[in-house]
Amino acid sequence: MSVITYKEAIKQALAEKMREDKRVFLIGEDIGVYGGAFGVTMGMIDEFGPERIIETPMSEAAFTGVAVGAAMLGMKPVLEIMFADFLTFSAEQIVNQAAKIRFMTGGQVKVPLVIRAPQGSGTGAAAQHSQNVEAWFLNVPGLKIVAPSNPYDAKGLLKSSIEDGNPVLFLEHKLLYSLKGEVPESDYRVPIGKSKVVREGNDITIVATSIMADRSLEAAKLLENENISCEVIDPRTIKPLDLQPIINSVKKTHRLLVVYEGCRTGGIGGEIIFRIAESEAFFYLDAPIYTLGGLDIPIPYNRNLEAHAVPQVDNIMNKVKTILKGVKNA
Amino acid sequence: MSELSTDFKIEMLRKMMLIRAFEEKAEELYMKNLVHGTMHLSVGEEAVAVGAIFALDKTDYITSTHRGHGHMIAKGGDVRLMFAEFLGKETGYCKGRGGSMHIASFALGNLGANGIVSSSIPIGTGAALALKMQKKKQIVLSIFGDGASNEGMFYESLNMAKIWNLPIVYLCENNMYAMSASVKRFVATNDIVDKANAFGMPGVVVDGMDVIAVYEVVKEAAERARNGEGPTLIEAKTYRYKGHSKSDLNLYRTKEEIEEWKKKDPINTFVEKLKVSQELNDEVYRSLQEEVSKIIEDGVKFAIESPEPSVDSIFDYVYAEEGDER
Repeated sequence: MSVITYKEAIKQALAEKMREDKRVFLIGEDIGVYGGAFGVTMGMIDEFGPERIIETPMSEAAFTGVAVGAAMLGMKPVLEIMFADFLTFSAEQIVNQAAKIRFMTGGQVKVPLVIRAPQGSGTGAAAQHSQNVEAWFLNVPGLKIVAPSNPYDAKGLLKSSIEDGNPVLFLEHKLLYSLKGEVPESDYRVPIGKSKVVREGNDITIVATSIMADRSLEAAKLLENENISCEVIDPRTIKPLDLQPIINSVKKTHRLLVVYEGCRTGGIGGEIIFRIAESEAFFYLDAPIYTLGGLDIPIPYNRNLEAHAVPQVDNIMNKVKTILKGVKNA
Repeated sequence: MSELSTDFKIEMLRKMMLIRAFEEKAEELYMKNLVHGTMHLSVGEEAVAVGAIFALDKTDYITSTHRGHGHMIAKGGDVRLMFAEFLGKETGYCKGRGGSMHIASFALGNLGANGIVSSSIPIGTGAALALKMQKKKQIVLSIFGDGASNEGMFYESLNMAKIWNLPIVYLCENNMYAMSASVKRFVATNDIVDKANAFGMPGVVVDGMDVIAVYEVVKEAAERARNGEGPTLIEAKTYRYKGHSKSDLNLYRTKEEIEEWKKKDPINTFVEKLKVSQELNDEVYRSLQEEVSKIIEDGVKFAIESPEPSVDSIFDYVYAEEGDER
């Protein structure tokens, strides 16, 4: 095991796959000597050269399509979208092309494309550079969406994404880039479509995606001091969602809170809740199912307003306590 | 014109006739209520598809458009499988999942018709990038319409193709109308090919009603692309006789305009030329007509007799189940 950052984990996955498979290449803006806006690809051009670290003009709509076309001809492009917010430009190629081409052509072709995009708030970058975008692409059949919350998952999931035969939207979180964690020295994978119970507990199940998994873990540790035992599940893959571990957990804890950064309306919270409501876990519930999502506002610039726009550790703690208190009162 | 063999020219004629017959039959099937969706006919534009695709090597790639029947047939498409797709049958090119607007055959090098105007341009550009990275000798012919030349992805793609010196030929099939929007009203430049200047790439206008003229300019551009001399933008001026799709009432143009273009009909004018050069006589022409009718008849029969996809297979092809270790 070595302790590395989330950013380094992503870079290691990219470099190791590029060494192993000549079809893998990177494409995006400023990913050469600049190293990408967040430095993820820093120095990679020295090893792989401009033939495999392909820098593009500011043409997200078309270079996403370029990656789709290259994938159709047997290459394995890993696309970097500088900020996930810019996926609005790429949406046509992701939604109407990459995700549908295999289906529309009766299975004639695969589109093995990975789209890496850093998302999330907390950097003071305001409304056009801070969004959590997982919900935008949730209802696009043919697309997979992963959102790792730690270095181990980031490296293992990125390798799995590159090896997948489908387009995968790989959502990184900007605030997690400096997060450190243990990563094995050996070659390993984290499978797509597998949730993980990241902390076991008995009083309540917290399902949390991306950075909210990290914040929920922190909340769970602090709540332990108050004799509250939280089970925390990180779906890791947003689509396809691995529901069974959540169902099993709710059957044990009888309570569910879903925590996510995206705007509360139309988010992953509703998606998880309706699936739990339809499942056998519903009969085990001792409290209503709750969500804690981002406010339905654009991300504000002001530091304090920005922090209030999305769930923080103390919000999660308070919500858990409220839910547990509600049951006692009931 | 003399450099090409008579056999080659007769094959060009035969393909143009087959395209027209396919589309006329497609329209007939639609009128008989046998077709679930819509269709976009290219009647009048056959010389562009055949001239351009005959200028390619068999292993070259094309990207096509929503008006793509002609491109597919010129690339070697089997009309039986095309009719079957059109009727939504399991035996169709896309197993009935795509319909007229998504016909593709990766085996034939057709990366697909596309329902989103201009979206195939970057895809073709990416295919060209892949060919360059793989050090292959093939090229891509990216076909799109005049409407697509007003979309942002057109400009972004041509810019990238030029800076990366990609093996691609951009062919704008200018049929004068994007649905009802005429190029006169909606294209700022005199010719669409003027846009090539913005990217410092060669731009060539060609008479899209003349199959040999189209062949020659695409051949030259394809050779440039193949020799590592980068992309070319070609504008083939042509005309769509039929409406944009089945909802079109032709309110935006005159009957006289349509009749004027029909005088330059790509098939009739080519037949006349071949007769003048004594490469075609009435007997050969009649036998071509009979052959084409038979292919169409067989195709329709095959499609009608083919099975529908099973509802049990509705989730098939949404995701590739296996990984990508080709």
